[in-house]
Amino acid sequence: MDRIYLDAAATTPLHPDVAATMAEVSVSAWGNPASVHERGRAARRVVDEARREVAALIGAAPQDVVFTSGGTESDNLAVVGAARARGEEGRNHVLCSAVEHHAVLEACRGLAREGFEVGFVPVDGEGVVDLDALRRMLRPDTALVALMFANNEVGALEPVAEAAVLAHAVGAWLHVDAVQGPGWLPIDVGALGADLLALSAHKFYGPKGVGALWVRPGVRVRPLLRGGGQERAWRPGTVNVPAIAGFGRAARIARSYAAGPGPEAVRRLRDRLAEGLLASIPGVRLSGPQGAGRLPDFVHVTVAGVSGEALVLALDLAGVDASSGAACTSGSLEPSHVLRAMGLPPELAASGLRLTLLREATGDEVDEAVRRIRDAVARLRRGAARRVAARA
Amino acid sequence: MPRRRVVAAMSGGVDSSLAAALLVEAGYEVVGVTMNLWPEEEPGVVEARGGCCGLGAVFDARAVADRLGIRHYVVNFREAFEAGVVAPFASEYARGRTPNPCLLCNRYVKFAALLDLALDLGAERVATGHYARTAEDRSAGRVLLLRAADRQKDQTYALYALTQAQLAHALFPLGGLTKPEVRRMALARGLATAMKPESQELCFVAARGRYTDVLRLRAPEAMTPGPIVDLEGRVVGRHEGIGAYTVGQRRGLGLAGGERLYVVALDPAANAVVVGPESALYRRELVATDLNWIAWEAPSGPVACRAQVRYHGEALPCTVEPRPDGAARVVFDAPVRAPTPGQAIVFYDGDTVLGGGTIAAVPGPAGGLDPAAEPVRAEAAAS
Repeated sequence: MDRIYLDAAATTPLHPDVAATMAEVSVSAWGNPASVHERGRAARRVVDEARREVAALIGAAPQDVVFTSGGTESDNLAVVGAARARGEEGRNHVLCSAVEHHAVLEACRGLAREGFEVGFVPVDGEGVVDLDALRRMLRPDTALVALMFANNEVGALEPVAEAAVLAHAVGAWLHVDAVQGPGWLPIDVGALGADLLALSAHKFYGPKGVGALWVRPGVRVRPLLRGGGQERAWRPGTVNVPAIAGFGRAARIARSYAAGPGPEAVRRLRDRLAEGLLASIPGVRLSGPQGAGRLPDFVHVTVAGVSGEALVLALDLAGVDASSGAACTSGSLEPSHVLRAMGLPPELAASGLRLTLLREATGDEVDEAVRRIRDAVARLRRGAARRVAARA
Repeated sequence: MPRRRVVAAMSGGVDSSLAAALLVEAGYEVVGVTMNLWPEEEPGVVEARGGCCGLGAVFDARAVADRLGIRHYVVNFREAFEAGVVAPFASEYARGRTPNPCLLCNRYVKFAALLDLALDLGAERVATGHYARTAEDRSAGRVLLLRAADRQKDQTYALYALTQAQLAHALFPLGGLTKPEVRRMALARGLATAMKPESQELCFVAARGRYTDVLRLRAPEAMTPGPIVDLEGRVVGRHEGIGAYTVGQRRGLGLAGGERLYVVALDPAANAVVVGPESALYRRELVATDLNWIAWEAPSGPVACRAQVRYHGEALPCTVEPRPDGAARVVFDAPVRAPTPGQAIVFYDGDTVLGGGTIAAVPGPAGGLDPAAEPVRAEAAAS
């Protein structure tokens, strides 16, 4: 069997229909959507069509969707842009969960340097935010709470709707990083009670470098970039028409996939993968919530006595694409802030392995992955034992 | 038959780049690894180009790996580097000694933590761009370490501390080449690093100014100002911290007029820098500890050989007399200039490295022991 891709949370391939749409639009709709003339209008029709599809994915109105360069920009625009707007009315306090993506965490740390007070809301041992702690940490001057839809390392689904009620009780807005989740579960901004919501296309078979921020009417955001009036002046700059067209197409496919039998089938494969690992490798522990509390494509385990970093390299050599956590710019691997926030001791927090399935995953693939992971772990453990013996 | 796998340490310089290329050509399956050794820079801090362990190095190493069509990983070795190199580097200066961090890195990181990873990944050896050679001595059942063909670039001085197990897993593809040949061959292969300048500064200091800045953070006691005294104990000036000085140094003392004065010793107990005339730098003998023998398990008696007391120094005739406590007394045929506590002393028989140790004590010109010279414990991390 060829290489097995188990890193869908890092990125997914382009859906063939998405690729076809992008290729076609690249040629046919080359106008500037901001132009008055027919060339411009043709491009704008493409962008507006995509905006409708993306809005439909999250149960929103198209005019409230702003296209960006991806999840990181959407998170920054939401957190920094909304906090700055509210700072003007004297709200200078921001909260986010301790397990947010770095795009949110670093945006919050940037706000702290601007003079905002920032608090990090703890999570439980499964990575789910502690709502009691959130309630205690909210203040009359809280501007914004950021809580992700699903955690990108362990796949924990967060109690967003409950958090929204708490946040709104003190007049704070809720930003939801929904980069992980679309295509697997239905997402509805109204049901979530969100005020802002970030999306990224490439996590569900769309292109890289394009995302969106949904902004509830009445919520104010200060732009991060200065320029023309595109995207309601919240995100100036000529938009990436082909990427947005691909995003729209991917959103449409994701919406119908999430409503079909696909996620349940992948969930069964995910459980088969987890059970295979638990049964064949001693010292493996499943992280995050069990069953329906976790994204259907997520398996995260800790492997006692094995470095997650070394394991990922060994698996690469063995033909399994996996991750020990979030990918970092330099390709270097870091200990996980998520596992540490979950209270795992440092040595276990460095032994994480994240396996995330594509829609196309098969039972044979999962079974073969279990064998390859088992063998890689065994080799790493033999090495560790050899070193212990050599020192003794 | 599957190709034999090796891990190539790729620093982003020309030497390690060509080493990897030669291994690919020799038919190995090469896995390139760039070691991430130093805590993250603050975002926005631009790193000096040419550094050996930052993002610039990663970019260059990756470009070479892509060109060679090999896998390339950036792996975090910060803990091993901190324990094995940076912490002892700082504490040695605080004890009035001058450590050799490259040597520590080879011993405790490259051929320890990186070798462990390599073996875990199913590789047979770790290859580096060092200028050195190994050879098997079948009769003695040992792996020998030999000087490089390019004597000017020879790096055996920084490799003497490798154990037999480490040497057996080491691969030095550049050992038979000269530096100009290496550049020419790298250029001929279109490697992006072919004309990269040599890094002169310590790898973990390059992007951060001077090594004394590191000491100020890590061993402030080594950077506490104090007196400069002459051989009679008279105060003749002020120093900025003993960590900023090395035995044999003349420049930077800020002493006016009179005869030329050199740093003769560092006295951490008195936080003093001792200066004297150049003649006071010459010593006939010294005590070496932390000995590692390569040519044999341990010498049975006194060894007549040559010894080198600094990286680019000459190997001078001497007699090594092993002591029952595991240390050795080294007596040179003629006085040598400025043997420096904390530096390595490496013993050679022709091109063959017999072994080496750490210069622990240098009997002073007056006959007493150098102040910085109490017995030494083996430094640093477990390998």
